Amino acid sequence: MKMTRRQTLGTALAGATALAAPAVIGAVRPRAVVIGGGAGGATAARYIAKDSKGAIDVTLIEPSRTYYTCFFSNLYIGGFRSLDSIAHSYGKLASNGVNVVHDWATGVDRDAKTVALAGGASVGYDRLVVAPGIDFREGSIPGWDLSAQNAMPHAWKGGSQTELLKAQIESMAPGGVYAMVAPPNPYRCPPGPYERVSMVAHQLKANNPTAKILIFDPKPKFSKQALFQEGWEQHYPGMIEWLDADFTGPVEDVRPATMEIVAGGEVTKVDVCNAIPAQKAGLIAEKAGLTDASGFCPIVPATMQSRMDENVFVLGDATIAGDMPKSGFSANSQAKVAAMHVRAGLTGSKAFPAKYSNTCWSLIETEDGVKVGARYEATEEKIAKTDGFISQTGEDAAMRKQTYEESLGWYAGITADMFG
Amino acid sequence: MMRRQAPMSIERLTGLALWRCLIGGLIGGALGFSASAGDAEQGARIYAKCQSCHMVGAEAHNRVGPHLNELFGRKAAGVEGYRYSAELNRAGANGLVWEARTLHLYIENPRGLVTGTRMAFRGIAERQDRDDLIAYLRLFSASPRDIPEAAPTAAVRDPDVDPAILAIEGDPAYGEYLSGECATCHQASGADKGIPSITGWPARDFVTALHAYKNKHRPNPVMQLVATNLSDEEIAALAAFFQGVD
Repeated sequence: MKMTRRQTLGTALAGATALAAPAVIGAVRPRAVVIGGGAGGATAARYIAKDSKGAIDVTLIEPSRTYYTCFFSNLYIGGFRSLDSIAHSYGKLASNGVNVVHDWATGVDRDAKTVALAGGASVGYDRLVVAPGIDFREGSIPGWDLSAQNAMPHAWKGGSQTELLKAQIESMAPGGVYAMVAPPNPYRCPPGPYERVSMVAHQLKANNPTAKILIFDPKPKFSKQALFQEGWEQHYPGMIEWLDADFTGPVEDVRPATMEIVAGGEVTKVDVCNAIPAQKAGLIAEKAGLTDASGFCPIVPATMQSRMDENVFVLGDATIAGDMPKSGFSANSQAKVAAMHVRAGLTGSKAFPAKYSNTCWSLIETEDGVKVGARYEATEEKIAKTDGFISQTGEDAAMRKQTYEESLGWYAGITADMFG
Repeated sequence: MMRRQAPMSIERLTGLALWRCLIGGLIGGALGFSASAGDAEQGARIYAKCQSCHMVGAEAHNRVGPHLNELFGRKAAGVEGYRYSAELNRAGANGLVWEARTLHLYIENPRGLVTGTRMAFRGIAERQDRDDLIAYLRLFSASPRDIPEAAPTAAVRDPDVDPAILAIEGDPAYGEYLSGECATCHQASGADKGIPSITGWPARDFVTALHAYKNKHRPNPVMQLVATNLSDEEIAALAAFFQGVD
């Protein structure tokens, strides 16, 4: 395995940690490789390393040195969080026994059990965890492709796209129009588009109160709809228009050069267009042959193993996880089940029955937080919802504030759980 | 159960003009629904345990603890101008309301219901004493308190956690595995920011608290969902694990 000097930094640190675990000195350790350092991958790498206490050689492959969480990126757009506060490095994972390799995984040879890296190296594995998040389906918004992402940002992956969108919103002309082309199901973070609209409205209410927000939505209904619509009515009356495709007709074309959106035969000129395309599993999952016709990865509900290969686990947004939504919380929950089965397969440790859960918090306006959550069990067929709850319309301000504060606690908790 | 005569009349204790009518209603309720109603006069005596910190009745004001007038139907941490613990504020914001059911839990074991409460009171174990005290406190609330089957005075089932459940010996290794689920929100470092710390709790408190969520006595729906899906053994295992985390 060849690596550059910079890439080997994590390896050196991991080696030092491994030597501290006397049981494995001189032994050839089984290898777990994780592709993708988000809520699923980082959690899986950390838990495999932590719980195997050095008995498994863990490598995390992630191109970015700084990870910007997608969750809470809307709060950055709304001005409630700084970009720094949603940025995380992999330093603690590296010093806790995870060999962090900053490179792109470009292919997986499942027969040879190796992962090819863009830098030319190849990494062998005994168990592979694939957690690449999402990529976009070409052609899902006519007129839009990745070359248009600067004119019409998606901002559906954390980092520079989020910064760009925020800057565009802040420089809108007085009375201008922000339009969102919302994605069809299934997509990352079901309440996300509507929380984003709330955060954009919060910005505009303060800085550009005559501006308008249009949502072109291919779906006839959306997550937490009653809660969002109640909040929009209350906090941003007259500002937000939700255009259901059944009513206005689907988006037929977007024109990045002229900033126009064509829907139902009508051309709308906008100042900012936040185009969020239809989604599929991150490209590497497709290249590795782990996806089906849906574009996502079927998994074994009890273990998160790929239906295509028992030595490969798939996590998070890239999977078909039955009733579980695509969220950071879900990916983190799934990662712990996968980590347990990776360990059980490689070291013979005990595997307990899977437990899955999810909660999604959304912010509608300052201290007006709402949440939806559920628990799930593995059946033969799918991960099935057993029980759930959702915030109610008409809740008092103290409860909404408490829900918002709870979301801050969750953010601190899950990022510590992912990155150490 | 034999009862001694209360040394002082309720009228003198409370100073409320309506006391006679209220007591009449209470006794009427007690006769019709004899299961849960306490003896307010006896409760007035038990209240001696509370009065070094709490005032109730005419001209009651906040002292070490908040005043207890209009307690029934009041949201927890709901007295303006009183500085509550963060945990009690959180419980109130999450929807904890004082009524017979919740007061029973709180008076029996304050930390069982609200872990970080500043109410330094070891609790009243005797069920009848709590019934009596609650019957007494009920006199100072103007909400519809005389309908025994309706909140806030609805009859309560025994809130105690079954001693057999408390006696389960938890497996900390299993608890460590299960704790992965908790760590998504509760920080392993014990930091308390928006979501409370759960490390280093005495196992008994931990078990009591989770069963209070399971039985929906504690308000937060996320935790109710978590607790509902944990078996008694799993709760014991988590308690054993978190007890040992500093």
